[in-house]
Amino acid sequence: MTYIPHSPQERDAMLNTIGVERLDELFEAVPAAHRFPKLNLPPALTEMEALAELSEIAGSNENVRGDLISFLGAGMYHHYIPSVVDHMIRRGEFYTSYTPYQPEISQGTLQAIFEYQSLIAALTGMEVSNASHYDGATATAEAVNLAHAQFRGGRKRVVLSPAIHPHYREVVRTYTQGMDLETVGDDAPDPKSAPETPLDLVDETTMLLIVQYPDFFGRIYDYTKVIEAAHARGALVGVVANPTALALFKTPGEMGADIVVGDGQPLGIPMWYGGPSLGFFATKKSYVHKMAGRLVGETVDSRGQRAYVLTLTAREQHIKRERATSNICTNQGLLALASAVYMSALGKNGMKQVAELCYHKAHYASDQLNKVKGYQAASREPFFHEFVLTCPDPASQVNAHLLEHGILGGYDLGQDYPVLKNQLLVAVTEMNSKAEIDALVEVLSEVKHG
Amino acid sequence: MVEMTITAAPKVVEPTIFDLSSPGRKGVTFPVPDVPRSELPASLLRADLPLPEVAEVDLVRHYMHLSKFNYSVDGGFYPLGSCTMKYNPKINEDTCRLPGFLFTHPLQPIETVQGNLSLMYDLQEWLKEISGFAAVTLQPAAGAHGEFTGVLIMRAYHRSRGDHKRTKMLIPDAAHGTNPASVGMMGMQVATIPSDERGNVDLQALRAACDDTVLGMMLTNPNTLGLFDEHIEEVVRIVHESGGLMYGDGANLNALLGILRPGDIGFDVMHFNLHKTFSVPHGGGGPGCGPVGVAAHLVDFLPSPLVGILEEGNDETPPLFGFVTPPNSIGRMKAFHGHFGGGMVRAFTYIAMHGPEGLKDISQYAVLNANYLLARLRDTYRVPFDRICMHEFVAEGQFKGSDARALDIAKRLMDYNFHPPTNYFPLIVHEALMIEPTETENKDTLDAFADALIKIADEAKNSPKLLHDAPITTRFGRMDEVKAARELVLCCWLPEDYDHP
Repeated sequence: MTYIPHSPQERDAMLNTIGVERLDELFEAVPAAHRFPKLNLPPALTEMEALAELSEIAGSNENVRGDLISFLGAGMYHHYIPSVVDHMIRRGEFYTSYTPYQPEISQGTLQAIFEYQSLIAALTGMEVSNASHYDGATATAEAVNLAHAQFRGGRKRVVLSPAIHPHYREVVRTYTQGMDLETVGDDAPDPKSAPETPLDLVDETTMLLIVQYPDFFGRIYDYTKVIEAAHARGALVGVVANPTALALFKTPGEMGADIVVGDGQPLGIPMWYGGPSLGFFATKKSYVHKMAGRLVGETVDSRGQRAYVLTLTAREQHIKRERATSNICTNQGLLALASAVYMSALGKNGMKQVAELCYHKAHYASDQLNKVKGYQAASREPFFHEFVLTCPDPASQVNAHLLEHGILGGYDLGQDYPVLKNQLLVAVTEMNSKAEIDALVEVLSEVKHG
Repeated sequence: MVEMTITAAPKVVEPTIFDLSSPGRKGVTFPVPDVPRSELPASLLRADLPLPEVAEVDLVRHYMHLSKFNYSVDGGFYPLGSCTMKYNPKINEDTCRLPGFLFTHPLQPIETVQGNLSLMYDLQEWLKEISGFAAVTLQPAAGAHGEFTGVLIMRAYHRSRGDHKRTKMLIPDAAHGTNPASVGMMGMQVATIPSDERGNVDLQALRAACDDTVLGMMLTNPNTLGLFDEHIEEVVRIVHESGGLMYGDGANLNALLGILRPGDIGFDVMHFNLHKTFSVPHGGGGPGCGPVGVAAHLVDFLPSPLVGILEEGNDETPPLFGFVTPPNSIGRMKAFHGHFGGGMVRAFTYIAMHGPEGLKDISQYAVLNANYLLARLRDTYRVPFDRICMHEFVAEGQFKGSDARALDIAKRLMDYNFHPPTNYFPLIVHEALMIEPTETENKDTLDAFADALIKIADEAKNSPKLLHDAPITTRFGRMDEVKAARELVLCCWLPEDYDHP
């Protein structure tokens, strides 16, 4: 089935106007030897058949809304998404429009992004936010680009905490491989050392220190003094933050951060096997000219009405080409809208409720697991909705056993940190009932260790 | 761009969500905890959370009002050149929201997500077949992200051969701005190659620029004039002879499905835009999805991980799909596996429904529509490179004796209820209007659009004020962009006395 509306008569009339007889005459500039290849693809399906096939593919997965109990987080979280979010982003006026280059007929998208920027600024405690990046990892890499632009290449060192999401650290290294930078800190022998440890590596050649809050292991830490000390050495500080936590805890802005980035997936975006989500990026107003990505600003139209436009576009690739701050072209427009609807639908009250539910449930899980013989939940330090569980056996074995009981136990930290092979990163959100947590505890209590 | 001298407070058409807030109003609420409450660490809590407080009905009306301010493909013709604003089939919205896709976590054990992995594997295979490449990564998030991936791969290839001096990328003057920006992110240099009088790459200039410092060439073909390069095989040969690699910008792939496989004529790398060619909706500016295909000699450099078959299947058991890391991978381009739900599932649905013949029809009819509009308009608008075009073409939006410009024509089109074409791009055409109708528009729509442009040409010559004042029928008029950039109001907030009225 195709979506081509032409009748044969209309097609022929159009060919006649063009002055050719057949469609294939339009392709004579294409090298004849390679023209019209036969594609070896499955035959076309009707809509009915396609839905059946896709349903079968989707159904062959085990999902976390019925098939499995999940304590898996590690950068992507199973949260409740109110119905209103999808209803709003399914409006054709939103999802079938393009980047708002023509502001007169794109005020819906522009005002929605402006409000998204405002909500992110309020949540992070920062002065400005852009219209979003691809995800938390690429937003983190763009933080390096900002710092690089700020020091005009004069400082070469980037210090990464080892307690930043491993994928984010990898992406920073991928992005910067042609930039002649020195990236240090993330190979520390003890990845769970005190959160301020990376500060030791910040010197007068350092352009940026990046830490995570709560960190990859779920720990909440007040970085105010770390940030002060890094600033004293002239470096900027970027904080990778979990937006759910920010509804409850002191903001990176309050701690003095220069850049706050993170993944917006917890804000009303489905896990969708890893994407798309969005990367939020907030900073101080003084760095706005060095920031990549789309930016919406308020103005007035010719009729004296309040309106919004893409602004500071001179930073961007279509104007500046190879001297642009980044090559980024799209943002995650529709998902920025989804997260704005989510933050507004929950509002001050609901956002805080979700964060508190995650906090209480994770602490309950941690307390109960601590009582299981052989297991120890790291709960001496403050943590939020994710914690490290030290197991008597390799985490991979523990997970395999839990899976037999229909439970995704958590993230096996040994995959990224060989020294942590017996440690499991357990995430608990408002979606996990007490009964689910008790089931996890019960299955682990029954394990015989060998 | 207009500068205005309005001093009165601007009239508010739709309040912001912050304006709508009232202390104590609640939207969505959550259950009380079913576990004991734990003590919160007081010293770490934030003092206030300055988010709006609105009821759900207020929220819905707010966004419904905003949606009505948008022009969209669902609402009308959107001939935005280079953006391929085709109709987005509704079934895609249903398939990508199947619970098995929505509610799977990217770090689940592979045994529990074989459906997702088989879909990704098949999509990789299909894109390989469509493009003629040896391997495809689905990880890049968008076209520009795919470009960056491709450039990193090209760099890694040369360096793996000990060839460190290749730092120059050849880019035609008609290229998308993302091309040079991707190169700039690598700290490499751009050499601009001019176009010849037929809109092809100027072969003489290309030969002169080719030496042993060439990393490669980034070429959009058909190019941004909508023209298929008549010497494409020669261009590829010249670049390859200098030791450089050919990068294909897949932004214009909607002209080539079942027409030509870029891999067959020697391209080494290419990104796809699933949000252009394969009907993933543009979403008001994303999310996109920008897979990258590479020829055999570049497979080892692809970003990690790729989806592969870990254990072959047989008659009784299906194969086991999982992730593989190429030996000399450039690394990871983003967290997790790419835009699975929003990008890959929709594109998979679209390709499955079209099959090989349907895909060829897409490109044939996209090219038919563009040539039909070109035939209807070439007597009224000057077309600087006038020959059979592919899926789009570029006309000049200016007339002798009229001070109306392409921008004015674009704005006036809104009064006729059309989205304007891309304007002022490509940079090599004065007052460019870049028109891409796509295959999903019928003859009546194209005729109405051509009639409007012909009428506007007449207005430009005889009553240009109509164009300067345009648009007049839309909810908003032209914007004061200078004010936006000068005042930089980038956020709205709750009023300072919000809790204490």
